[in-house]
Amino acid sequence: MKCSEFLQELTNYLDGMIDDRTKAELEDHLAWCHNCYVVCDTTKKTIEIYRDSKLYELPEDLRTRLRTAIVTKCQAQKKAGPEHA
Amino acid sequence: MSAIQAKIGEPPVSDELALVQAAKEGDVGAFEELVRRYDRNVFRIAQHITQNREDAEDVVQDAFLKAYGNLNQFQGQSKFYTWLVRIAVNEALMKLRRRRPERTVSLDEEVKTEEDSLPREVADWSPNPEQQYSQAELGDILTRTIQGLPASFRTVFVLRDVEGLSTEETAEALELSIPAVKSRLLRARLQLRERLSRYFQRRPGADGRKHESGDGTQ
Repeated sequence: MKCSEFLQELTNYLDGMIDDRTKAELEDHLAWCHNCYVVCDTTKKTIEIYRDSKLYELPEDLRTRLRTAIVTKCQAQKKAGPEHA
Repeated sequence: MSAIQAKIGEPPVSDELALVQAAKEGDVGAFEELVRRYDRNVFRIAQHITQNREDAEDVVQDAFLKAYGNLNQFQGQSKFYTWLVRIAVNEALMKLRRRRPERTVSLDEEVKTEEDSLPREVADWSPNPEQQYSQAELGDILTRTIQGLPASFRTVFVLRDVEGLSTEETAEALELSIPAVKSRLLRARLQLRERLSRYFQRRPGADGRKHESGDGTQ
């Protein structure tokens, strides 16, 4: 397996969406290709860092304000009748 | 190396259709419960796409109001959340287009070629790279790095890897084919990895471990 072929399968591999035979081939490649091992490992870390990050958390006060505004407008829509929905 | 685990914490969908049905029949309280379930997700997605806090706030309101006004069009073939995400992404893209009219923003855009995703930086990272930085510094690095991706890559990455939608759900929410989602996801992941490597790669002494110097010290 070439490195370019490994990269093409990287997303499926990280997501566990490959058959056993392809998985074995990829892991065989990883065993001897240090560069692909590093790319695979650091890509996995990239995903985990973003997944665990608290980027763009919605603050509770803003959350309440937005929800109140939404509900108020929904109630107004409801009163106005379905033709205004 | 084990596969990445799917995001946990997804709300139960068992009673979701009942909530949607009640909301369709005019129960605003039921709709409010749906807002509570998904407002954080919609806000995150909106801010990732628009890169702007005020726009993200508007998107949360507009997306939920549009969903409420169009509940009768939700037939239940997909999850309510997937349907809602589709509305939110469209609202966010409209905001982005208004803000950056000089640039056409489309999820269908083809961005550069495959070569831009080929790894150039293959230095290994420190064992716990994120711990080299304070929470604020890390947030800044992650924000700046993802902002550098084209909107079409960023959106796929956020839905798939941050929000934990499946490939199929992401394809449905973005009205893209599954191969298109997979291609964008691979390129987004590789480009983010490449850019983060500048900050996280192992440097002598940077990971807090002493390196063998050959001077006889142990």
